[in-house]
Amino acid sequence: MTDPIKQFALRMGDNALILGQRLGEWCGHAPALEEDIALANISLDLIGQTQLWLGFAGQLEGYEKTADDLAFHREVYDFHNLLLLEQPNRDFGHTMMRQYLFDTFHFLQLTALQTSSEQRVCDIAAKAVKEVSYHLERSSETVIALGDGTEESHARMQSALDRLWPFVGEMLTDDAIDQAVANARIGPRPSELKQDYIKSIEQVLEQATLRIPENNPAQKGGKSGTMHSEHLGHLLAQMQYLQRAYPDARW
Amino acid sequence: MTTSTEHIWNFLEQVPDPEIPAISIVDLGIIRDVAWLNDRLQITITPTYSGCPATTVIGLEIEKAAHSNGIENIDIKQQINPAWTTDWISERGKKRLKAYGIAPPNPSGGPECCPQCGAQDVERISQFGSTPCKAQWRCHECLEPFDYFKCH
Repeated sequence: MTDPIKQFALRMGDNALILGQRLGEWCGHAPALEEDIALANISLDLIGQTQLWLGFAGQLEGYEKTADDLAFHREVYDFHNLLLLEQPNRDFGHTMMRQYLFDTFHFLQLTALQTSSEQRVCDIAAKAVKEVSYHLERSSETVIALGDGTEESHARMQSALDRLWPFVGEMLTDDAIDQAVANARIGPRPSELKQDYIKSIEQVLEQATLRIPENNPAQKGGKSGTMHSEHLGHLLAQMQYLQRAYPDARW
Repeated sequence: MTTSTEHIWNFLEQVPDPEIPAISIVDLGIIRDVAWLNDRLQITITPTYSGCPATTVIGLEIEKAAHSNGIENIDIKQQINPAWTTDWISERGKKRLKAYGIAPPNPSGGPECCPQCGAQDVERISQFGSTPCKAQWRCHECLEPFDYFKCH
């Protein structure tokens, strides 16, 4: 197996990058100015975190790449983000549900990573968790307001939850890399976060008057990179276009 | 012969934050260390938010200030641990923010009062504002919106 710390850093960086890029698509299109600004700010935080994680991955021994090399010159199946995060934005409610489902996990994960055996991981996590606590505050409030809102907003939020639920399992299920990362005390097994995650979303979704689907089919293949959805290729085509058409172009 | 670090701190105090020019980068608390390593000046900065676009500009501004003070060899080091916190904003910085119309960070989690009219009847519009470090609030007394430098 390849070096677990490198795989881990790529997973962290790719999660932040792909969600950051998705949120950037809202810039200038959100339903209200405040929402537009909030989404762009969250995107900016995530792109900043991407620079830290991918910068760290790129500097690891024998892997001399910059964060930009990794963001712009890899192919779809070299990406290790969760499938949840590459799902299209659809409507605003759907975007906020995706955000909430990830923010809750991201916050628990970064909190645990502050005691990593790897100093650089502790440092990045300590920085990022402060930003993510604001993301989580906003997405929880929005999910509650829209879920417990009008008939129309409630229906849209329930449909977003039903559609995204099959992608939640991948976040909370361990694979061989997760095991290796935990054995090296770099970070927690996702399954260790599961209990707190479920407790937390049950509380918020109940306030939002939303029902968690009973079926638990879990799509997987995102973090391992073996089976991304068709959406990731389109996202990368847009994000990587300039660097592929004009390699190493600079502003 | 090298310039004293005291003099360097003095000229850094004249470098404004590019997004909030009312406050200097020293008052903002992002300059963590100033030291000479042989004949090279080492300045350690801690970014406020990891994606803050001002960080790059701040590096350039520091170099410019150093050059105009006759210092050519300078390295700017970014340090993220310990993470930047609004507790590092100086008292003078907080006063300047308020005078500029931005409510300074407050441990209770919200602005003490409206920076424009001083009323305490204020409400939050959004956790996010025109830069990563600010939130949008509104005053019920003067009815004006204002920025709040959020706790971090």
